[in-house]
Amino acid sequence: MGGFEFLIDGFLKALQLISSGDPLIATITLLSLRVSVTATLLGAIFGIPTGFLIARKDFIGKSMITTVVNTAMGLPPVVVGLVIYLMLSSFGPLGFLKLLYTPEAMIIAQTVLTFPIACGITISVVMSLNPKLKETLVSLGAPGIWEALILLNESRLGLITAIITAFGGAISEVGAIMMVGGNLGGFTQALTTSIMLYTNMGDFDTAIALGIILLMIAFGVNLFLTLLQSRSKIKRTV
Amino acid sequence: MASYLELDGISKKYGDKAILRKLNAAFDEGDLVAIVGPSGVGKTTLLRIIDRLEEPDSGEVSFRGEPYSRLSAKAVQKRIGMVFQNPVVFNASVFNNVAYSLRFRGVASEELKNRVLSILRLLKLDSLSERSALTLSGGEAQRVSLARAMVYSPELLLLDEPTANLDPHNVSIIEDALMECNRENRTTTIIVTHNIFQAKRIAKKVAFLLDGELIEYSAVEEFFSSPKDPRTASFIKGDMIY
Repeated sequence: MGGFEFLIDGFLKALQLISSGDPLIATITLLSLRVSVTATLLGAIFGIPTGFLIARKDFIGKSMITTVVNTAMGLPPVVVGLVIYLMLSSFGPLGFLKLLYTPEAMIIAQTVLTFPIACGITISVVMSLNPKLKETLVSLGAPGIWEALILLNESRLGLITAIITAFGGAISEVGAIMMVGGNLGGFTQALTTSIMLYTNMGDFDTAIALGIILLMIAFGVNLFLTLLQSRSKIKRTV
Repeated sequence: MASYLELDGISKKYGDKAILRKLNAAFDEGDLVAIVGPSGVGKTTLLRIIDRLEEPDSGEVSFRGEPYSRLSAKAVQKRIGMVFQNPVVFNASVFNNVAYSLRFRGVASEELKNRVLSILRLLKLDSLSERSALTLSGGEAQRVSLARAMVYSPELLLLDEPTANLDPHNVSIIEDALMECNRENRTTTIIVTHNIFQAKRIAKKVAFLLDGELIEYSAVEEFFSSPKDPRTASFIKGDMIY
C-alpha cells in the first residue's frame, strides 16, 4: 500500500471509528473536554480579573509584573508539567493531596498555562481602551464595581479572544498533562496524549480518529466563540 | 453668605507653564454662566478642577459652603454633571447609556424608566432609544452625553465646548435643553465656549478668561454692551488674534 493510500485508508477507518461511537474514543474525548474546558474557565475566572486590576491600577512594579505575565504566556508545557509533578509527587509539598496521575492534576497543570494567557491578553485589551471612557465614568460618579463592569463590557471582544486563545492552548497541549496525568488508559488519557500513544503503538486508525476529533473540537469551540465575537461586533457597527 | 460655588486663588501649572493664576470667582445658585476666551487659556482645566478630575496646585474650591478638601472626589462627582467636548458613549443602547447614570445612584426601575424617557424627549432622542449608541452621529452622541449628565439632576452642570463642530440643528437642541433645564430646575450651569454668540444667546452671565486669569465677569448684557477691560472689548470685537 502506497503512502497516500495508507493515509486515506487510515482516514476512512478513523471515520468508521468515530461514527460507530467507539467507547474508548468517547471516553478520551470527554476527558479532554472536561480537563481543557475546566482549565480554560478557571484560567479566565482568575486571569481576567487579575489582568483587569493590573491594567487599571498604578503601582510600583507594574511593568515588571506585566513582563512576567507576558513571559508566562509562552511557558513551555513540559516545564509546567515538571513543576506540578514535583509539587504533587509523594515527596513534594502537595503530595498529601494524592492528585498525581488524576484528571484534577491535569486541570491544575492546564490552568497554570491558561491563567497567564487570559491575564496577559486582558491587560493588553484593557490598557488599550480609550482613556476617556474611564474619565467619563468617573465624572458620572460611577461606583467602582459599575466602572469595572462597564469597562469589561467595553473590552468584551478582546476578552473573547483571550478565552479562545486559552482554550486553544489547553486542548492542544500535550507535555504537561502527559507528565502529571500519566496517560493512564480510561482514566487520564486525553486526545493529545492518546494520539502520541497510538502513533507509537502503530495504531494509526485510532490516532487519526483522535486527531480528527481534536481538530473538530478546536474548530467547533473557536467557531462558537468567533460567532459570539462577530455578534458583539455587529452590535457595535449596525 | 457663601456663594454656591466659590473658587479661591486657584493656580495650576503643567510643567513650567502656568495655566491658571490665582483665579478667584464666585457663582450663584441658578446661574447659567458662559466662560469665554481664546484657546489654551485654562478654560477646560478650570472645569476639570471644579469636577475634581484634576487637583489645583494651590487654592480651594468650595461647593455650597463645603471646601473640596473636606469632600472626597467621588462625593463631588456624584453631585456634578460634566459634558466633554468629545463625547464617549458606551457600547449599549441609547436608553442604557442614559440609564447607567441613575443605576449608579440606585434609582428604582420604574422611576428610572420615566426619568430616562423624559430626558430623551427633551433632547429629541426618544426615537433613537433602542439604537446602539455606537452608531450615532457626533451630534446625537453629544446629546446622549448631555442626557447622561442631566438625567440625575446634578446640583451643578459643567459643559466643555459641548457644541464645538456640531451642526446648527444639534446646537439648537442642546442650547434649548440647557436653557429649559436652567429655567425649570434652576440647574446651576457653567459652559465653556469659544463662541461668543452662543454665550450671548444662552448665558445669564459671562466670564472672560485670558492667560489663566479672570479678566471680566458680569451679566451678559453688561459684558457685551459695556465691557470694562479693553482686552474684553478687543475679544468681543474679534480684534484679539488667537
